[in-house]
Amino acid sequence: MDKVLEVNNLSKLYGQGCPVCYELTGPEHNTNICPQCGSVVAAHNVSFELYKGEILGIMGESGSGKSTAVKCLYFDEEPSSGRAIFYNEGNQYDLFNMNAAQQRRLANHRFGMVYQNPNLGLNFEISAGGNIAERLLMSEVKNYSKIRSRSTGLLTRTEVLPERMDELPKNFSGGMQQRVQIAKALAINPPLLFLDEVTTGLDLSVQAAILDLILEIQQEMETAMVVVTHDLGVIRLLAGRTLVMKYGRVIESGLTDQILEDPQHAYTQRLVASAL
Amino acid sequence: MSSYDTSASYPFGFLDEYAKKEVRRTTLKAVAIPGYQVPYSSREMPMGRGFGTGGLQLTLALIGKGETLKVIDQGSDDSVNAVNLRSFIEMTCQGIETTTLTDEADILQSRHRIPEKPLREDQLLVLQVPYPDPLVVVEPSEDKRKLLHGEADYSRLLVKLYEDIVKFNEITISHRYPTRINDHYVIDPSPIPRWDVLKINQSKALILFGAGREKKIYAVPPYTKAEPLAFEDVPFRVEDFTDEKGQRRVCKRCNCKSSFLDEFVDSKTGEKVYQCSDTDWCNEQLVLKTDIEEAEAVNG
Repeated sequence: MDKVLEVNNLSKLYGQGCPVCYELTGPEHNTNICPQCGSVVAAHNVSFELYKGEILGIMGESGSGKSTAVKCLYFDEEPSSGRAIFYNEGNQYDLFNMNAAQQRRLANHRFGMVYQNPNLGLNFEISAGGNIAERLLMSEVKNYSKIRSRSTGLLTRTEVLPERMDELPKNFSGGMQQRVQIAKALAINPPLLFLDEVTTGLDLSVQAAILDLILEIQQEMETAMVVVTHDLGVIRLLAGRTLVMKYGRVIESGLTDQILEDPQHAYTQRLVASAL
Repeated sequence: MSSYDTSASYPFGFLDEYAKKEVRRTTLKAVAIPGYQVPYSSREMPMGRGFGTGGLQLTLALIGKGETLKVIDQGSDDSVNAVNLRSFIEMTCQGIETTTLTDEADILQSRHRIPEKPLREDQLLVLQVPYPDPLVVVEPSEDKRKLLHGEADYSRLLVKLYEDIVKFNEITISHRYPTRINDHYVIDPSPIPRWDVLKINQSKALILFGAGREKKIYAVPPYTKAEPLAFEDVPFRVEDFTDEKGQRRVCKRCNCKSSFLDEFVDSKTGEKVYQCSDTDWCNEQLVLKTDIEEAEAVNG
């Protein structure tokens, strides 16, 4: 199997930090705020590996650090410590040792990100097609008709009517905005895709359609994905392997089936029980 | 010190020597990094910012005794902005010459046009710039714009062109057309029409851009590549002066068929009339036309 991403001991601390921050926080202390210095330990020692075509789920309640971990990997946030290596076409990229320009270039050319709020991933002042065009133009596709046909193809693929591609996304429904966002993320055929709470706030039938779409994309393009969610249903449907996070720590990890059928950690047990 | 005689109290070129030195240094940096907007401390001038103070400071810092200056406003030497700037420079730079002839000028300061006649290596073109940053229409934060410039990420400008083609089937930018210099920085070439953008490419003369209000100077050195942004399959086009019958419109005054034309409405007949925008060019063509007519009259 081809490894796509390897993350080792990723930590993110908000605040000045002190030597005991990591010791005095975590699930056993029931807090992620350091009692000594008041810093917030958003994530600590998060490690995982991701392989081609695999979907990894990161589950946890809000504030557990799951989004922070993904934002660090997409360079939206700078991690406090840790290492992450991205493998692509025979090259290794040490993500946190690259300069900002290299990071932006890699994110533009190789990563896709779908945010919970389409506001973050889309520019509402330009048309749906224009949003996809921006992504293509970043990776040096400079041919108008090629951009046009690629955008049409992507929007058809994500089941947005191509007739509406020249409309502003702010006129779209939430589900449609999310599909445009997915189309934009897929524009450059990224080998790695981050999905941050993509179905939160959508109604059930739309959720199901988007989840189907994500599964189809995974099978067609063998895209590796990291799916962040607090929704057990999403995890059950999408993820092969899952990490469970609480107060910034990974408290349990393994095959999704195993975690859902036989949770080991008390918190996971409560989580699984409450969903039934 | 006790004298209040204005002609004596201002140094040559109005600006003090330190100010001129700073503008010259900024200019050198601008030439060294083609298309990069170099910040400088634009001085207070005795005219409102936005009236060409950036171009004026460049001209004042660069002109020397015995040199000849031409000042242009939208192709004309007699427009208000050109007349004011010219008389101000004449007043503060004793010993310089002014001209309306493109050929005779060492320094040409211009607003909104580049002369029709190709410039020479020994000439210098100073353009007045209202908005130096082409990215300002797509990114409000200057901090982020600097990052985009640094990484030569102009995808958002291209998205704007894309949206234009989607909506109007063509790129609708009429002036200030974003132009890529030396394969890196994209500049706002000042509000010149598209017609003039191609003249920047491999220009023999050094072209300097001064934005007084925005406190930036940038340059296109001689023989530098300047490429208007476009798509591979939707190329850049200049203004089309073809009339309804498919004929190239000609200048009413000098019959020139190859110049950038201004449209007027004849106040008496209400008819649309076209005339060269560049008055010096028009005068020159008029002389040629009369010469030919006279020759024809003699021969005929």
